Amino acid sequence: MKFTQAIKMAISSILSNKMRSFLTMLGVIIDVTAVITLIALGQGSIQRVSSQIESLGTNLIVINITGGRNRSITREDLERIKEISDVSEIAPVLSGGVTVKAGNMNANTSLEATTPGYQQVRNTYVQLGRFLLQNDLDMRFRVAVVGVDVADELFGRRDVIGEEISINGVEFTIIGILEEKGSSVAGSDDNRVIIPLTTGQRLLRNMEVRTFYVSTQSPDAVNRVVGEIERFLTRKFNDENSFRVFNQTQLLSTINEATATLTMMLSGIAGISLLVGGIGIMNIMLVSVTERTREIGIRKAIGAKKRDILVQFLIESAVISGLGGVLGIIVGFMGANFLSSILNIPVAISADVVLLATGFSVGVGIIFGLYPASKAASLNPIDALRYE
Amino acid sequence: MGKKVLESVIRLENLSKIYSMGENRVVALNEISLSIDKGEFVAIMGPSGSGKSTLMNIIGCLDVATKGKYYLDGRDITSYNQNQLAEVRNKKFGFVFQGFNLLPRLTAVENVELPLVYAGVGAKKRREEAIRALEMMGLGKRIYHKPSELSGGQQQRVAIARALVTHPSVILADEPTGNLDSKSGMEIMEIFRDLHSQGNTIILITHDINVAMYAKRMITIRDGQIVSDEEVERG
Repeated sequence: MKFTQAIKMAISSILSNKMRSFLTMLGVIIDVTAVITLIALGQGSIQRVSSQIESLGTNLIVINITGGRNRSITREDLERIKEISDVSEIAPVLSGGVTVKAGNMNANTSLEATTPGYQQVRNTYVQLGRFLLQNDLDMRFRVAVVGVDVADELFGRRDVIGEEISINGVEFTIIGILEEKGSSVAGSDDNRVIIPLTTGQRLLRNMEVRTFYVSTQSPDAVNRVVGEIERFLTRKFNDENSFRVFNQTQLLSTINEATATLTMMLSGIAGISLLVGGIGIMNIMLVSVTERTREIGIRKAIGAKKRDILVQFLIESAVISGLGGVLGIIVGFMGANFLSSILNIPVAISADVVLLATGFSVGVGIIFGLYPASKAASLNPIDALRYE
Repeated sequence: MGKKVLESVIRLENLSKIYSMGENRVVALNEISLSIDKGEFVAIMGPSGSGKSTLMNIIGCLDVATKGKYYLDGRDITSYNQNQLAEVRNKKFGFVFQGFNLLPRLTAVENVELPLVYAGVGAKKRREEAIRALEMMGLGKRIYHKPSELSGGQQQRVAIARALVTHPSVILADEPTGNLDSKSGMEIMEIFRDLHSQGNTIILITHDINVAMYAKRMITIRDGQIVSDEEVERG
């Protein structure tokens, strides 16, 4: 018997009992819908997080000095690090929480005292006014660049260049407004104040800079540069536990691991529910074999071989579950888009998830159809013909 | 001997069928030897429980004998496996059953096509052959009807068309008039008579002497043994 003929036969048999076929499919439909929706939303959120991290720059390296009190990095050290090939910029940062005031408004915000290089290293630019200049550091000018949230909160507007604010009681002049970045995993990037490093050291009464941002020429150079920085710092401090060097690539790979875990968990749940759907299919196929015993007998009497009957029933169950899978993908796609519009989460549906879902549901149909189909195929034609 | 093997369509040698049910052994067929030639119209008669259905099942390759030899078209098929038997059923036999045994979901023409589907015949040729067979049965106008839309006599004619469509060596009819009123029954028997006159080999299983009288040769079975085998005399 030809394969196309077998498929035609299976489809006409499925159509002859539409309600039952649909109910059998429903298990697979619901399962695939749930998996597609969850994976689409999950991958969508993760993609957003990753793209936020990437927007900080995948060529960013962060160095934290952790050890004892008198371990600090000198200006000469910074020059040495900057001379490592492929290092494009370096920015020391001193940070702390501060209270800022303007008139009778005040706000708690984070303060970062740094150098002009920060702009390029952190991919953070001003939308209005100017960033810090070397001259501001040399002269210890009391100038500040503020994020839009700070401007909004203190002044209720954003064109605040030249306004005076007080940080921990010290007067500063606003010279620039940062570009709006939106909030990320680490909180709002727009709620901060940036001042010259030298001014900050005096304000925070802290000379020891312990955080450095380094950017490389290209993301590919990150690992090599990290290695060289680690070697340099180990030689300097004679202790490899006194500092930590990490980069965005690591953070990304951490997130990718989280994605993998999430996907695996979803796959596990999907697997279990497909199992349940498969048992439903097996159940109905067994009923169908019993109901159609006489049909099987007739077919065998007029020359159907064992294989013909087996293939007929296998195709039937594979078509039921495969069709369920396809419907599930469609409904899942709609469900994901619907949820994304009301929950404001982006969706990402990858082709391999769709292919996997379809392949899996067809596979489930074949695996769980195998037992009923072989039961049908091994029926004795005489007994089957006598069956009422 | 070899010549005789070639002439006979069906030759059974000392064929026995024994069912074991726990301790009990039921002998359904006891050392039956029988030879049916090409073009014969044979009625196998016997009361219920005589073993005639068992004999028909074994002849039709739906069942296998416990002992003895079965030659079909001169070939020993005693030790054929299930798949080979399915192929023999498909190519060599056309079955007509008491209960018609049509598939209710399929139209008349699809039912008639079914043996050709399993023979691997292409869709176009299949349809042509099936329509020709139905036209031969006088059902040219009912080819797209479902069995439930046809009378008993018409359903049986569809079944005969299905039996004929593969041009089998033997047409095996098991009580073909059993579910029909006497008028349609007679019509069906007339069809068998015509088929015989066209040269078909027909084996008819029945317990009804009036039906058996249509055949040319009558074999009577009782308790699994042939008790008589004679020419039918026409009155």
